[in-house]
Amino acid sequence: MIEVNHVSKRYGDRVAVEDLTFTVQPGVVTGFLGPNGAGKSTTMRLILGLDRPSSGTATVAGRSYLDLRAPLHEVGAMLEARAIHTGRSARNHLLALAQTHGIPDRRVDEVIDIVGLTGVARKRVGSFSLGMGQRLGIAVALLGDPHTVILDEPANGLDPEGIRWIRTLLMELAREGRTVFLSSHLMSEIQQSAEHLIVIGRGRLIEDAPMADFVTRASADAPVRVRGPQLTALAEAILAAGAVSVEPEPEGDALRVQGLGAEQIGEAVAAERLVLYELTPLQVTLEEAFMSLTHDSIEYQPTGAAT
Amino acid sequence: MSTVQSPPSAGRLTGSAGAPSLPEGARQVTLVRVLRSEWTKLWSLRSTRWSFAVAFITMAGLGPLIAFFEMNRWNQLSLSDRLLIDPIDKSLGGHYFAQLAIGVLGVLVISGEYGTGQIRSTLLAVPKRLPVLWAKILVFSAVTFVLMIIAAFIGFFAANAIFTQHHVNVGIGAPHALRSIIGAALYVTFTGILCTALGTIVRATAGGISSFVVILFVLPPVLFLLPSSLHDSINPYLPSVAGAAVATAVPDPHTFSPWGGFALYVGYVLFAVAVAAVLLKTRDA
Repeated sequence: MIEVNHVSKRYGDRVAVEDLTFTVQPGVVTGFLGPNGAGKSTTMRLILGLDRPSSGTATVAGRSYLDLRAPLHEVGAMLEARAIHTGRSARNHLLALAQTHGIPDRRVDEVIDIVGLTGVARKRVGSFSLGMGQRLGIAVALLGDPHTVILDEPANGLDPEGIRWIRTLLMELAREGRTVFLSSHLMSEIQQSAEHLIVIGRGRLIEDAPMADFVTRASADAPVRVRGPQLTALAEAILAAGAVSVEPEPEGDALRVQGLGAEQIGEAVAAERLVLYELTPLQVTLEEAFMSLTHDSIEYQPTGAAT
Repeated sequence: MSTVQSPPSAGRLTGSAGAPSLPEGARQVTLVRVLRSEWTKLWSLRSTRWSFAVAFITMAGLGPLIAFFEMNRWNQLSLSDRLLIDPIDKSLGGHYFAQLAIGVLGVLVISGEYGTGQIRSTLLAVPKRLPVLWAKILVFSAVTFVLMIIAAFIGFFAANAIFTQHHVNVGIGAPHALRSIIGAALYVTFTGILCTALGTIVRATAGGISSFVVILFVLPPVLFLLPSSLHDSINPYLPSVAGAAVATAVPDPHTFSPWGGFALYVGYVLFAVAVAAVLLKTRDA
């Protein structure tokens, strides 16, 4: 279990993380989502004791990472930026880390085999592709057979087959009762594996909910398309019934309604005795739901008409 | 002792009530284990083998080379020039350049980790951080000292075998001979430690190398630009001047005694290590 308690981190004037509180439970995969620059990596570095919080505490299994006597046996981590000397072979990299904990050499060969790098284990890491580097990062995380796994953007640079492999692996780790915490800036990368979601934007918590709730809410928030001969009258009736917003579609012959279900729209329109040609609940992908959730917190917005 | 494998010993960790249990046979981080890790890291990089090879060849080979050239022009030298040749100092002349290779490697031992991001992997395994610095310094300085003392003896005996042709050789029993040989190896070793500290402080290869080159190689000639009285009063305190005295049979009369100067140098090095330790412990990685 990972507990983040009112953690803030400032680098000079810049606030990277502000008053963040959440808990990551064992036994499920928890996705840590947010746009680039939202503070995901910083939060992970704070949990792992690489950076010191300006205030607040972060603990793993009840203790600060800095107090762990055998950290690799408790937490397996992979950070986004490659954290491996490029001049060393994959095996020597793992060996050096294993030796700090007295982990036997045979475990090194075991994790190399698990991630499928046996053939290149003695090659210099500098010659590795991005995907091979990610696999080595996973091998490092698994080395100490830890109860908690923290991965920063593990899907980065992996081909679809690699992404599927990681997804299966992480779900298996969670099923074994481990705490699995992984970050991504893309919903599509984690929506099939994560059972719980933590979303941050601009260093603040936006959402902390089971994936199922998020999906339900996303579909409830889905817009409805309304078409009829008298669009202005339709818009007035729907707004009066309590819609959050009613906007003309770009094509001009239909309305897009937010915040009101198809049933309520139908009732409202019937009460005003208006004619309907079409009443369609639209699908919202989780990606869109995530994007609209974090829209206000994107650090670098494209300016102009694009938004 | 925590390195015992079986039966379950004090070094083995067991999950306490409430906390998730650790894997079977899990053992904690100790300085001895971090030393092993740093030993593996040191020898698994090409730059290590190259730098040690260059330092060794320079330390062992430059003295005999100088001896060879001196003996070649022996007949053209005046008597006073001949008297100025000190066979001990000539035979150990390699230490001046060996410290350059050791210094670069000393910086790289840590700056290479910052440059590649390896430092994060290292600190995740050893979150207490300071054992990493101690282990790096212990492993690197032990290897350096062993290699340098062997190279210094080779250089001394090879050079003096050449000097023998003109009967200027000195034996190992000559005054200052043994002290200079050991001193040369010690001086180069502590230069390496200084450079690891500098690399930790600046966290970058280029910055680390330039700072030690400035301290050891640029400061002394720059000091000559000062008025001579000022120069003479500051000069003995320069790290390179204080430190090198122990590697010199016939030191400059204006400097400290060999061991006195070296003690000052060790003081400088320990100060740099202390600054490095504080920064490593307190800075974000």
